[in-house]
Amino acid sequence: MGDYYNRIERKLTDALAPEHLTIEDDSHRHVGHAGVHPDGGAETHFNVEIISQGFEGQNRVARQRQVYELLSDELRGRVHALSLVTLTPEEASKRRAG
Amino acid sequence: MSDNPAIAQIQEDVTSNDVVLFMKGTPMFPQCGFSAAVVQILSQLGVKFKGVNVLEDDNLRQGIKDFTQWPTVPQLYVKGEFVGGSDIVREMAESGELETMFKEKNVAVA
Repeated sequence: MGDYYNRIERKLTDALAPEHLTIEDDSHRHVGHAGVHPDGGAETHFNVEIISQGFEGQNRVARQRQVYELLSDELRGRVHALSLVTLTPEEASKRRAG
Repeated sequence: MSDNPAIAQIQEDVTSNDVVLFMKGTPMFPQCGFSAAVVQILSQLGVKFKGVNVLEDDNLRQGIKDFTQWPTVPQLYVKGEFVGGSDIVREMAESGELETMFKEKNVAVA
């Protein structure tokens, strides 16, 4: 895994103690698009799913704002887009059941 | 808040229009997949909205991020309130919450 993948994983794990964390480098689907890094490589677009008890009592905007703040250095750098799913464990189990 | 001249325009846009989408490109010609996805959701619901193309002006492109304290575009505003970016709008559309919110805020849906 790349440098940004590792940084994202470490920061989110440290701050949110997620029960579940999936990080997927989706950059290959955006090749040729304006946000792709000039070197044409990976690690510009990520899909991130976080299940954390810490999101309890926060609305979606507050949850995502928190994640964006944690990753503000990465977003100023190479990362162009971050697609987020932010759930509490309870919401995640409802979603699986639904 | 900021000496960015675009901030006053953003404030004016979100105050004087029920539904505003700050996006890359225009509703007819979105220039980003995330913006296109939100345009499609709003269109399917039959909601009238104002599209503001942030690519037209660097002050606007930075201004909307500072105004909302949200680092990405698209951004959806309804009755002056920030609803979310493309992930949130998509989740709310799938669960039906988006349509409910428009009805509660007295925004016409088709």
